[in-house]
Amino acid sequence: MNFIKTIVAAGLVAVSALPAVAADISGAGATFPYPIYAKWADAYKKETGNGLNYQSIGSGGGIKQIQAKTVTFGASDMPLKPEDVEKAGLVQFPTVVGGDVPVVNLDGVTSGDLKLDGTTLAKIFLGEIKTWDDAAIKALNPSAKLTSQAIVVVHRSDGSGTTFIWTDYLSKVSADWKSKVGANTAVEWPAGIGAKGNEGVANNVMQTKGAIGYVEYAYAKQNKMTTVNMINKDGKSVAPDAAAFQAAAANADWVNAKNFYLILTDQPGAASWPIAGATFILIHKQPQDPAAATEALKFFSWAYAKGGKMAEDLDYVPMPASVVKAIQAVWSNEIKDANGKPLLTN
Amino acid sequence: MVEVTWQGPDVSARQNVEDRARALNRLRLSDDVFRIMTRSAAMFVLAILGGVILALFLGSLPALREFGFGFLVSESWNPVTEKFGALAPVYGTLMTSFLAMLIAVPFGLLIAMFLTELCPKWLRRPIGIAIELLAGIPSIIYGIWGLFVLAPFLQQYIQPPLIKTFQNVPGLSALFEGPPYGIGIFTASLILAIMVLPFVTSISRDVFDAVPPVLKEAAYGLGCSTWEVMRYVVLPYTRVGVIGGVMLGLGRALGETMAVTFVIGNAHRISTSLLAPGTTISATIANEFTEAVGDLYTSSLIALGLILFVITFVVLAIARYLLMRIERRIG
Repeated sequence: MNFIKTIVAAGLVAVSALPAVAADISGAGATFPYPIYAKWADAYKKETGNGLNYQSIGSGGGIKQIQAKTVTFGASDMPLKPEDVEKAGLVQFPTVVGGDVPVVNLDGVTSGDLKLDGTTLAKIFLGEIKTWDDAAIKALNPSAKLTSQAIVVVHRSDGSGTTFIWTDYLSKVSADWKSKVGANTAVEWPAGIGAKGNEGVANNVMQTKGAIGYVEYAYAKQNKMTTVNMINKDGKSVAPDAAAFQAAAANADWVNAKNFYLILTDQPGAASWPIAGATFILIHKQPQDPAAATEALKFFSWAYAKGGKMAEDLDYVPMPASVVKAIQAVWSNEIKDANGKPLLTN
Repeated sequence: MVEVTWQGPDVSARQNVEDRARALNRLRLSDDVFRIMTRSAAMFVLAILGGVILALFLGSLPALREFGFGFLVSESWNPVTEKFGALAPVYGTLMTSFLAMLIAVPFGLLIAMFLTELCPKWLRRPIGIAIELLAGIPSIIYGIWGLFVLAPFLQQYIQPPLIKTFQNVPGLSALFEGPPYGIGIFTASLILAIMVLPFVTSISRDVFDAVPPVLKEAAYGLGCSTWEVMRYVVLPYTRVGVIGGVMLGLGRALGETMAVTFVIGNAHRISTSLLAPGTTISATIANEFTEAVGDLYTSSLIALGLILFVITFVVLAIARYLLMRIERRIG
């Protein structure tokens, strides 16, 4: 029965991703930015009458759909490598920034009581540090009340951009992690239990004493979970909040990043949150349907100009103005119709 | 006049024949239509089954070509290096199903024995209905209940003493070691056991009811206790049917997805400890299908599906065969 279900589900996904009615812009991909895309789409429709049909089928699905040209744009939390972007004839640009936050469930520990650095975090997720009173954790938190409670690592069981950002950070700060596990939307986890989706991880952490997991910032905030402060590249302890994500995004060198291939983990800056990441849009350089692509670009142009407040309300960080300028330059230079005429000029 | 009077019946007779022929034709036509409709509906099922097998096989070809037989015996499941092996999910599937049956079969048989032999009449219906309702609960409800109620309870009250008790017992310490996660192979098996209990119970009850009363009465007459009647008369007589019911339950346990995904921990590892997290084939597919990037990853998931298909197919075939045998004997 379950295969039949799976196949039916796959079929439905395929059908639902068929090109939408002409006036509507169609997109598919990442689940992480879905709330803000949906909110933008709603406001945009009220203002212009043009609708956006966004299917949050996951980053992997978004990449597949845009390559198959069944949608106007694809969305992914993991940026495609510059060579892959070129090979597929795509343009890639970031829309909003968010962050992964380590969350714990420990008696007597509240948000900010605990701080960890990258190496310790990697050792916990490698299963090498097994109890909360381990010397490495104690050294970072001399005043915290830590017991010999066993550490229960909770990770994502489904592929996810959240996992990509998390494992990319651990790979940057731990050579061990890089060689043994690596960075991807899904990895071979050396320890812990898996849960589906941000909400699954959040639930499992809240259910399990001694648990540590990672979720999108919005989930930690909305569920009032106990967050852990991180020691960033500059050696400063930072708490996860919009300002810290903003600092990470501002300190990043977007303009020189080819195809905006930039992962906002382990960024410099005293106030930078080390586990931040942007979410990306993929669109064809020479779209089959230039009219639809133009509409899509207009939508994102509008979102950059007017969607910032809405993004902040939902705990995302809008792109800095300098980056938006660079993105729009790429649009007018690279996205063209069959005659070589730019779809959107500034 | 004479000719005319003779013509009347003749004409009406001919008309009668024509009417009858027309009516018969109409009947035949509607029969034909009906036959074609029923047959194509039946053939449709075969076509779907064939299509599913074919789709699974074609979809899993890339993975089978890449990994060959190694796919079945490798524990690695690494999306980064694209090395996939089915051993951990296959182990998890068989292990949780086996443990579930280990719990559910004795329980189900005891309930069935109580219902057929010992239960007062007024209590029969409520218990029978409760068992059937248990079968009607959607599996996602079991999953939620398992995650929010059963798992925290096990983590705090059951698993720590289990771990402590068997800490220094050779052999058993490996089965009950590690931090108490709450969720894992053991919790998944418990949930599965509750889910298959109705299958085992209701089929056992039905076959127990089919035992000729004269056999039981004769045994009681010889001075057998109820347990002895069950053990030496009813169970041997219904053995095949009970096994059939167990197999049907096993079929459900093997393919169960949602409830297991919630409480098994979704870790691609094989641990000796029953308290450790693991994964099953269907949980892996449900978790990873939407975000599987790359042909080999997707194909490996479909190959997992093919393996599960083969396992459940064999189990259900055995179940049907055994049930068919007992039906022939009773009938």
